[in-house]
Amino acid sequence: MSDMTDTGGPVLAADGTPLKRSLARALRRQKMRALMLIAPLLLFILISFILPVADMLYRSVQNGIVTETLPRSVVALADWDANSGDLPSEAVFAAMAADLKDAAAAKTHTKVGTRLNYENPGISSLFRKTGRKAKKFDVENGGPWKEALIDINKGWGDPDNWRTIQTYSPPVTAGYFLNAVDMRVGPDGAESRPESEQIYMNLLKRTLWMSLTITVCCILLAYPVAWILANLPMRQANMLMILVLLPFWTSLLVRTSAWKILLQQQGVINDILVWIGLVDDSARLVIINNQFGTIVAMTHILLPFMILPMYSVMQTIPPTYLRAAKSLGATDWTAFWRVYFPQTIPGIGAGSILVFILAIGYYITPALVGGTKGTFISNQIAFHISSSLNWGLASALGAILLAVVLVLYWAYDKIVGIDNVKLG
Amino acid sequence: MKLAKMFMATSALTLAGNVATAEDMANELTLVSWGGAYQASQVKAYVEPYLEMHPDVKVTWDESSGEAVAKLRAMNETGNVTWDLVDVVASDSMRLCDEGLAEEINHDEDLAAAPDGTSASDDFGDLLVSDCFVPQIVYSTTFGYRTDLVGDTAPTTVCDIFDLAKYPGKRSLQKRPIDNMEWALYCDGVEKDAIYDTLGTDEGVSQALAKLDTIKDQVVWWTAGAETPQLLADGEVVMGSTFNGRLFSAIAEQNQPIEMLWDMQSFDLDGWVVPAGLPADRKARVMDFLKFATDTQRLADQAAYISYGPARASSAPLVGKHAELGIDMAPHMPTDPANSGNVHVYDYEWWADNRDDLNAKFEAWLAK
Repeated sequence: MSDMTDTGGPVLAADGTPLKRSLARALRRQKMRALMLIAPLLLFILISFILPVADMLYRSVQNGIVTETLPRSVVALADWDANSGDLPSEAVFAAMAADLKDAAAAKTHTKVGTRLNYENPGISSLFRKTGRKAKKFDVENGGPWKEALIDINKGWGDPDNWRTIQTYSPPVTAGYFLNAVDMRVGPDGAESRPESEQIYMNLLKRTLWMSLTITVCCILLAYPVAWILANLPMRQANMLMILVLLPFWTSLLVRTSAWKILLQQQGVINDILVWIGLVDDSARLVIINNQFGTIVAMTHILLPFMILPMYSVMQTIPPTYLRAAKSLGATDWTAFWRVYFPQTIPGIGAGSILVFILAIGYYITPALVGGTKGTFISNQIAFHISSSLNWGLASALGAILLAVVLVLYWAYDKIVGIDNVKLG
Repeated sequence: MKLAKMFMATSALTLAGNVATAEDMANELTLVSWGGAYQASQVKAYVEPYLEMHPDVKVTWDESSGEAVAKLRAMNETGNVTWDLVDVVASDSMRLCDEGLAEEINHDEDLAAAPDGTSASDDFGDLLVSDCFVPQIVYSTTFGYRTDLVGDTAPTTVCDIFDLAKYPGKRSLQKRPIDNMEWALYCDGVEKDAIYDTLGTDEGVSQALAKLDTIKDQVVWWTAGAETPQLLADGEVVMGSTFNGRLFSAIAEQNQPIEMLWDMQSFDLDGWVVPAGLPADRKARVMDFLKFATDTQRLADQAAYISYGPARASSAPLVGKHAELGIDMAPHMPTDPANSGNVHVYDYEWWADNRDDLNAKFEAWLAK
């Protein structure tokens, strides 16, 4: 290489500029044009997807409310040693009285109470009750505030409440994430919650293994169906395809409710089993409101997402390959396993990723047919978003779920290879 | 796209409202409620009469009360509150008030006094559990049982729920700690007055969960009020808790073989809150409607359509017959003396403080 450039010097374009620079300019212009073309889509994704997700994720650590509502108290509390067992000094109480007066006027005292109540039950009524009286505080001349506040509510005499305020005063907190992995901030840093309060790690494990089970069930059921679809003559294949798509187009709620009617103890399946004498009337099977119910209903609901990519991959495999294998002496099984099956792996891969990722975030079906043992972590996320209003915890749980999915995706890429995935 | 459209629509409407009324009241009213028979009773009892008096006003319904708290918070954050009046249960009204998402109400000034001159705050009495809340009805969470599946002796106390020997079979309970924990402690021998003190300790929580453990295998947990009547009708459960109005319609309107068990029924309230930050014209309309819709006569009228007790003391004597069935409504009210011999009064303040904590313990127990 170097021998050649030595003699020629920089190669020039027709207009005299070095060819390299001229080429780069032309390419840049091309790139700009391409960027302009995709700009609407890029902006759309940014505004309607990436920004909201980022905003929601930020909530999992956001904790500005405490310093914003109680600015003086947070500063005054900084020097207090929470492990001493003593109450903070009069100066802290005076700062709290001034903060509470302002907060009550702005009606934010209950907000900060709600926030701190997630960490220390009972603190929300402490703020609510004190706030009612705080509007009349005479900050300049009143006091001593220690006695005054404790007089209003004895909660102010409990060092634990002050510790909670101190611990959660920084504008960024790991509290929600700790909560989401069944831990909490104790006197000596992070510690496990007592066993009677541990929920989320078990739920996460359950969500993962049940999603995996559902994916495997889908593969087992979808493979033969996709094979038949791909190998039938066009006319019959289309007929069958409609049977696959019809449930796909039916409302999720309708399909889930149908499973309820089928599976419940006085339901169709149990009635038939009792009628033909397989099951005694007093010992009807419990096949709903547990994990079995969730797996059955979700396998059915997600099945089309497995069949369709498998079908489109199988359609592209020429039947001549199998015939060639057999003509060279392979048995039916060898021909299938060594020749046909490896070619369908991209379809299985695409279907599995689709089904698994959809399953992991499902919450309507598990809520309706899952009872207590068949619910997913997304049910807890939905609960914290819509009912308990603890959005910080909900987004911490969501962030963990997202991270788990990304790690699994990465592992999948390492093991199977993402190039090996084909949707059609 | 959708957002822009919505924004354009609302601003156009508010503009139109401004022009149309002399007294600066918007002519659009978006009411949020629960749907079903309950919303129908609101339409009949006070929305239709109000619209007759104000033919210019247009009412839009949104059946989102179940997710009202979350949606109101989201609307408030984006600064685009599209709701005018929201029907929520009492505990949600407290949370909305705490979060600053609901407007504080001056009950005596904003609401109508009773016909005999009693001020609104005295007429509602203890039911004004939050500064932002205007109660409409008293409902209760209570039990219904299948008359043909409980044998010869019908259950008479709430503790029969825990008696698997006497009443074998499944029972349905609401999937939340509230009420269930209290019933469990009560049936484990805790005095009624001491329930919340007991529940405030770790031992008390363990005691309640241990009691619930005795029937855990036989419980179907419900989340929507319609589930228990359906489960009872299918014979899936022999007894179950739900809202008394749902049981009333299963019994009186659908003639199912179901009876009510009123013992230790848990009183709860449902009522209106006004979202914080409404523009002046919309707020004026809402307050006008609110004053009308929660007066003594209107609340009594509502009881002709659904078996929930009116929240005003002065409305009780005016409760008459069911509008379609013609049966006397008073005996079906949770507040009727025959039904309220032994009631459980649910402590809002206590639950507001301890709900998150107990919920975590309850969920952990459920998942075990």
